[in-house]
Amino acid sequence: MTLSSTQNAAAEPILRVQDSTVRFGSVVANDRVSFDLKPGEIHALLGENGAGKTTLMRVLAGLLQPDEGTLFLSGTPTTFHSVADSSAAGIGMVHQHFMLVKTMTVAENVSLGLKSAGRFFPNIARVGRELRALSEQHGLALDPNARVSDLSIGQQQRVEILKTLYRGANILILDEPTAVLTPGETDSLLELLRSLTEQGTSIIFISHKLREIRAIADRVTVLRHGKSISTFSLDQTDDATLTSAMIGRDTAPAVYNATATVRPRLEAVPRLELHGLSVTDRRGHTTLDSISFSVQPGEIFGIAGVDGNGQSELADVLSGVRRASAGSLELDGTDISSLGVAARITSGIAHVPEDRQSTGLILDLSIADNLAMETVGIAPLSKRGTLDRAAVRENALRIISEFDIRCSGPDQAVRELSGGNQQKVLLARAVTRSPRVLIVSQPTRGVDLGAVENIHRQILELAASGCAVVLISTELDEVLALASRVAVIYSGALLATYDRADVDLGTIGMNMAGQAA
Amino acid sequence: MSQTPATSSKPAAWRTTVVRVTGGVEFWTIPVAILLAFIVGGVLMVVAGVNPFDAYAALVNGAFGTTQHVADTLIEATPLALIGVGIALCFRGGIFNVGAEGQFLLGGMAAALVGQALGTAPSIVTLLGMAIAAMIAGAAWAGIAALLKVYLGASETLTTIMLTYVATYLVSYLLNGPAKDPASPLAQTAPLTSSGLLPALLPGTTLHVGIILAVVVAIAAHLFLRRRVGGFQLIATGLNPVAARSAGLPVRRIFISVFLASGALAGLAGMVQVAGVQGKMIVNLSPGYGYTAIVVALLGRSSPLGALFAALFFGALSAGGASMETSVGVPASLVTIVQYLTVLLVIAYTAFRTLRRPSRTAEGEE
Repeated sequence: MTLSSTQNAAAEPILRVQDSTVRFGSVVANDRVSFDLKPGEIHALLGENGAGKTTLMRVLAGLLQPDEGTLFLSGTPTTFHSVADSSAAGIGMVHQHFMLVKTMTVAENVSLGLKSAGRFFPNIARVGRELRALSEQHGLALDPNARVSDLSIGQQQRVEILKTLYRGANILILDEPTAVLTPGETDSLLELLRSLTEQGTSIIFISHKLREIRAIADRVTVLRHGKSISTFSLDQTDDATLTSAMIGRDTAPAVYNATATVRPRLEAVPRLELHGLSVTDRRGHTTLDSISFSVQPGEIFGIAGVDGNGQSELADVLSGVRRASAGSLELDGTDISSLGVAARITSGIAHVPEDRQSTGLILDLSIADNLAMETVGIAPLSKRGTLDRAAVRENALRIISEFDIRCSGPDQAVRELSGGNQQKVLLARAVTRSPRVLIVSQPTRGVDLGAVENIHRQILELAASGCAVVLISTELDEVLALASRVAVIYSGALLATYDRADVDLGTIGMNMAGQAA
Repeated sequence: MSQTPATSSKPAAWRTTVVRVTGGVEFWTIPVAILLAFIVGGVLMVVAGVNPFDAYAALVNGAFGTTQHVADTLIEATPLALIGVGIALCFRGGIFNVGAEGQFLLGGMAAALVGQALGTAPSIVTLLGMAIAAMIAGAAWAGIAALLKVYLGASETLTTIMLTYVATYLVSYLLNGPAKDPASPLAQTAPLTSSGLLPALLPGTTLHVGIILAVVVAIAAHLFLRRRVGGFQLIATGLNPVAARSAGLPVRRIFISVFLASGALAGLAGMVQVAGVQGKMIVNLSPGYGYTAIVVALLGRSSPLGALFAALFFGALSAGGASMETSVGVPASLVTIVQYLTVLLVIAYTAFRTLRRPSRTAEGEE
């Protein structure tokens, strides 16, 4: 491994990616992405979900081979066929979800799969001694004999970093390293990274938090829709430039919600009203922080935000899958906070979950059975507890033609459908009940363009017929195209709410990165 | 990037495999697996120096050769079918109740105690009382595991096994202590009066009406799965409990109900053995029916009718195996090898199919 000299701005990039393209079928995950990493530099990758950050990282880690493009290591073209190649070249990955065996000690974890420790009887004591020295050298303060399960999350992350350093990494890739950390732990991680670069390590820092990137990185490459938009020197760029590069101001969608500019009729009592809904998870963390808003009949209320900021919890609390720890929920002025999922379905709330394959549909069952799932207990699909198979089939045939679901028939397993058609099944199940409220999460994630249009039209038509819609999406374009009001969720709280007409893309981008207006 | 909650409720891969044994296996795999298992068994006999054709002829004769042999097959199949149908229902719901052995023993115990108490009542009253008591005892024992699973998240695979130990020793204690027949040196209850015995089905044989009960139960369970809303919801829950809950299905109630039903059927099987075969409760009421029935349910592709046929197959093998041992000198354990090899082949095929299925998280960034 080559420890490059620090502070040499003119030096050859230690790592350079040139026009890397990765395709999954017809989806282009990385489209001629280029960026370079200088020795001793912290280079941030910034982008929304699905922008291609993870794909690029997997190329660098040797998990994926690009279809086109070249990787240069200190100027030499290189191909990584496996993780072993990438790690031999001095690249170390710190995943967002740690790859540690919790019941083992730090030294044992580092020895796992490490040939130099000895194949059958690893010399863990020696590894431990060397780790202690390395840990002191970098000021990590880790005890190699500590059991991983006894360590805090922040310390476990240090173990991951130490592991890559011990294996000779001089390029560290950190994937959303602060997502799991407390603010205090974040500060000390950033401090550690800075001291590592002073000793010659180069770092790729993946994040969507502007504040951290500004605090730590030298340069930032912005990715959007699989393309590398631009690389900026942070000391010469302001936040507004970065956020507009990230969300793509120039590609802002046309508003094709005709009703978005028309105010929905204001009823004295809103259709759906949330009063300070909060959720505390099992570990005592507040994942949803006092959410309040109301939705009128016929209105689409959009919730924008970067993934993982409380969207799943909000959808779960509204649909009844999860109980709120505080606050209340009213439907047409009646408190429904204590109702379970089934009772909420009966009272007219429909829910399209974000993950259609694991929480929405039952993939092994037929289209007809999936469409019948919520209403199977009542006429016409069953009478006195006995299924009417003909009615179940009839129901499916009607919905299939009405919603243009492409399939071989109602008996086809949902598993065999394309993502777009699976989503149509899920949405159709909700829409055909003529719900009073629709909660829809990520309606078009991983769906082809034709289906996107179909799905958007269904949501708009449902709203036009008087349903109150809560649209939760990490696709800002989608929220802006459909919603008449837009709120930004960050860290479990609503940071700001705008009328669609008043939305300023720059401001909303800043909100999504955690900065209040 | 997404911090999806409740990953703990996602079923493990092996569970998915077992649930899919149901619809995932084409029917032809079963006869093929049986044939392969018999061929392997034949090879083992050749190695042991026995002509496999002679041995298999003796096996068939022992299972079907005379009316009494057929009766033996059906008698062996009865408890396996009753328990197997209950376990098949559990499998369909994604529940792994492997504690039928304990539920069976407690059912037998309860039946014997009630049979003694009602010894002078008319037969129909005594038998009904015994059946109800046995089903309540089995269901109650399964219910403990059900509540532990639903409210505390304890793995039912572990709790049902542990509860089986408790049940086994509880029954052993009762039979050696309070419930022991003072007139007998053995750990057993006093014999039931004639009103506590199941009527014979075929005069001149030991066959009792239990097999009719097993067939009725299997058909009823089959119709429940096919025709009833509850059956539909049970299957949906078994395939994906998270999605079922999200669609408003009463997942907890479904789990508890199917657990209770399978416990009740295991208990009923215990009553049938006590009232139909032994005439009293004995310590060794079960040669492992509760465990063999798990395999019966698997071989029956977790369908009630499939479990019924698998029970008949196992009943024939076990009746025939006994006579094969006496007439040809092949150890009956060889038949056990064939039994379990058959099931192993079916499971291996299903697991193979499940593994080859494309991963469902292929799309998207995370």
